[in-house]
Amino acid sequence: MKEIDYLAPSSLGEAYAALQNGKTSAFLAGGTDIIVQLREGRKEVDQLIDVKHIPELMSYAWTDDGGLVIGASVPFAEIYEDDEIVRRLPCVIDCATLVGGIQIQSRACFGGNIGNSGPAADTVPALIALGATLTLGSADGTRDLPLEDFFTGPGQNVLGPGELIITINVPPQPANSGSFFHRFIPRNEMDIAVVNVGARIDLDASGERIEGARISVGAVAPVPLFVAAAGDALVGETPTEDSFARAADIAAEAATPITDMRGSIAQRVHLTRVLTYRALDRALERAREA
Amino acid sequence: MTTTEKPDYKVIGTRPIRPDGVEKVTGKALYGADIHLPDLVQGAVLRSPHAHARILSIDTSAAEAMPGVLAVVTHSDLPVVADKVLDMGEGASTASDMSKNVLAADKALYRGHAVAGVAATNVHDALTAIEAIKVEYEVLPPVLNVQDAMRDDAPLLDASRHTKTPTGEESENASNVAAHNRFEGGDVEAAYAEADVVVEREFDTKMVHQGYIEPHNGTANWNSDGTLTVWTSTQGAFAVRGALAELLQLPVSRIRVIPMEIGGGFGGKIGVYLEPVAALLSRKCGRPVQLTMDRTDVFQATGPTSGGHMKGKIAVKDGKITAAEVSLAFEAGAFPGSPVMAGAMCMLSPYEVENFKVDAYDVVVNKPKVAAYRAPGAPNASFCVEQLIDELARETGADPLQFRLDNSAHEGTRMITGVAHPRIGQEETVQAAQASDHYQSPIEGPNRGRGVAGGFWFNAGMQSSVVASVNPDGTVNLIEGSTDIGGTRAALAMQLAETLGIEYDSVRPTVVDTDSVGHNDVTGGSRTAYASGQAVYEAGLDIQQQMVARAAQLWECEAEDVEFVDGALRHTSDSEKTMTFAELAGKQMETGGPLQGRGSVVARSPGAAFGVHVVDVEVDPDTGKVDILRYTIAQDVGTAVHPAYVEGQMQGGVVQGIGWALNEEYYYGEDGRMENASFLDYRMPTSLDLPMIDTIIVEVPNPGHPYGVRGVGEVPIVPPLAAIANAVHDATGHRFTELPISPRRVVEELHNLQ
Repeated sequence: MKEIDYLAPSSLGEAYAALQNGKTSAFLAGGTDIIVQLREGRKEVDQLIDVKHIPELMSYAWTDDGGLVIGASVPFAEIYEDDEIVRRLPCVIDCATLVGGIQIQSRACFGGNIGNSGPAADTVPALIALGATLTLGSADGTRDLPLEDFFTGPGQNVLGPGELIITINVPPQPANSGSFFHRFIPRNEMDIAVVNVGARIDLDASGERIEGARISVGAVAPVPLFVAAAGDALVGETPTEDSFARAADIAAEAATPITDMRGSIAQRVHLTRVLTYRALDRALERAREA
Repeated sequence: MTTTEKPDYKVIGTRPIRPDGVEKVTGKALYGADIHLPDLVQGAVLRSPHAHARILSIDTSAAEAMPGVLAVVTHSDLPVVADKVLDMGEGASTASDMSKNVLAADKALYRGHAVAGVAATNVHDALTAIEAIKVEYEVLPPVLNVQDAMRDDAPLLDASRHTKTPTGEESENASNVAAHNRFEGGDVEAAYAEADVVVEREFDTKMVHQGYIEPHNGTANWNSDGTLTVWTSTQGAFAVRGALAELLQLPVSRIRVIPMEIGGGFGGKIGVYLEPVAALLSRKCGRPVQLTMDRTDVFQATGPTSGGHMKGKIAVKDGKITAAEVSLAFEAGAFPGSPVMAGAMCMLSPYEVENFKVDAYDVVVNKPKVAAYRAPGAPNASFCVEQLIDELARETGADPLQFRLDNSAHEGTRMITGVAHPRIGQEETVQAAQASDHYQSPIEGPNRGRGVAGGFWFNAGMQSSVVASVNPDGTVNLIEGSTDIGGTRAALAMQLAETLGIEYDSVRPTVVDTDSVGHNDVTGGSRTAYASGQAVYEAGLDIQQQMVARAAQLWECEAEDVEFVDGALRHTSDSEKTMTFAELAGKQMETGGPLQGRGSVVARSPGAAFGVHVVDVEVDPDTGKVDILRYTIAQDVGTAVHPAYVEGQMQGGVVQGIGWALNEEYYYGEDGRMENASFLDYRMPTSLDLPMIDTIIVEVPNPGHPYGVRGVGEVPIVPPLAAIANAVHDATGHRFTELPISPRRVVEELHNLQ
């Protein structure tokens, strides 16, 4: 077994320098994925860069216009214990409380879940539904991109060498908007999603017409899907069983899953439809409460 | 619920704290991997990446030359052993099969099959070294289920294996079917011709694992004087000693097995896997060697239980079961020895069935060799029979419990083996379930359903021996050799305290190694509270008799004039002359020296156990998820020595049954790789998946035990598979004949997806 260097940079500058020291690196954020991957020999690196000591990654704040900027390494527990986030962005809480148990939630973070880039990552469809973007940083500066554009394949993403995720940026949500995230697992805990779905519905002032919708589905393709067509199909519609069912059908058509020990192709396509419909229903409830 | 007058026990029936409790909850108890010896080194095992392959050559030279490496062993380091049958207590195997399972010989027969072992100064060096062992394989197509394995053109695991047929002959052609047995009685065809209703179906189950939390381990020290000491977590230290003696060709007297605390076994910790390899490595390098498995190894390379294919056909006339024809084919894994015979003999035993024809096929496949798992064979077989009975009850308009009661076996009913039941509690158990609050409450709401099922397990007797030493203060040290998995230290101490009329706290039980007590068979077959309990009772009687003699000596009277009552000695005619147990215990030196009681039994009357389960489920027809809403188990336990542990056994069996019914399975790729060899994807139920499991203790004393004890640990896993399938049928109208009834299977079958 290989010996691995451990680095704990305390600033972005130190982190960028560590990334450019000529060694192969992996980030140690929550560690709940990478430690398992290294132990099982699924990944091999020269060094682990602990990103839990960089101030920009360890804090979160509301923006003046009502958006939320979350440092990539802020543990889920810190997020879901914040009453204001619970009140204003329940969809963020839906996913933050789903990942792991209390011990894992006290370490694990959005940046880690996104950076690990698993197709079934539970935070991703929730954040895509909310329209989140990422701020990536390197020695050359920073860049922003929509979360749905980050992933390129299972465990793969657009992060360049020398680059890391600094923040996850949840934009201000429209008035009369509601979002919901859920997943299907065979047990009531301790499973990876067979399918997971995040959905947002924006209603007009009357509450009877849909002005916008965003639907994202995970675990049914090599990357988490943003199914724009499913959301677009709802624009101008009234929120009814029929319109939701049509959107759910479009989401299911976008799914290209595999059969493995967690589920079959047929089951996952079916569940995409079921979970999308149910997510829209719950998002609508929240939109009406808003 | 007490069904007969119970004697006025003082200790039996109470719920004291277990003697090993404090050590365990404070983390001080020593499990197998906690043993640390001077000069201890670590080992690793190289395992086959192929499910079926001929081993053409093994080159260990590069590994042997690596820094830190102390020894490398392969099958060629094991002595040649005969085809002698080794009965480990629950499941037998031949010594040569066991030897080939410990380290693969000419063929690797499943993915994970051990091929070589390495000892090194640390585990990292050992893990690096196994990668340097060069094995040349000729990869062969694997057979992964019984139906494929039974085809005429199936690849053969062993070209020299022929089927042992019911007539005792061997089949002409080589086959993966190791044995075919048959039980036949009456005339099934005539019964079918006259029947009101006949139901017939086929069923399939998958290989599942016991899922004990502690992985296997083995630490061995081969001394320079040729003696071998082994520390291991096992259900039977003497079984391990016996197996090692055969595999290593050593006299048993040269082997000492020290049983460590055990983190669960359920039948899976009876066989040997790492212990012989650690012993060979220790002999080669002259240092104690420790081997441990990780969870993947445990799944891939220990002994799960069989999946199988079953066909059943049962007839009913005038509300009575008149005929049953059942064919069972079970996966044995890589070597013969599935529990198909046990399944065959259990599945019809709760009922009176006059005409029957039962076929049992033991089939080898390219999967790990199965081991015992809680009532081995019976859950699968009952999954078939108890669903057919449910269907018969429905088709004849009968209440499913009343139908079972009307067909129940009782004292004198002959099982298919021809053996007549002694006093049993089948009828009382069904009646207890009928009378339960659960069964008396309606089940309401959409997508909800209720199911019931019954189950039987023989229970085992076998050999036990104990020694009890009386301390001068009146306390007693109980020396026993039964691994304590389910609270047997407490259950045995309680029976000794009851026999001696002393307090539970006055008995200190200790489980010792194979050099320190007479032979004890495994903790398995639900035998320990019963059979070791009988040995404890005899030891208590032995102490009583000796105390009576000593009191007579002190009182200068005849022994007949002294009686032992309620933990005291008294003169039958002189009321002045009494002595407490403790008083006499304090006079040992003056009455003949240290006082020891002995108990040694071959227990031959294990009262069989019967259980009846009632379960309510709710099925989400869109996601296929089955939620267990309510669960009640009624079981005849003979006498509940420690009711809390009895309830724990009942609930634990149900929990494992729920997992087996709903989600657990060895999920194989076509290449024979188990793809879900972790607790993440091998889905045992968590506490969040379970309701409170209500228990109804039925006590029909076992006439073959002084306190009426029956084994309790195994039968609770027998009914859940069918009970849940019956409940899901009630909820959905669809009968699921294949396990697991997972969300995937439910949506695929309910929505005709494919």
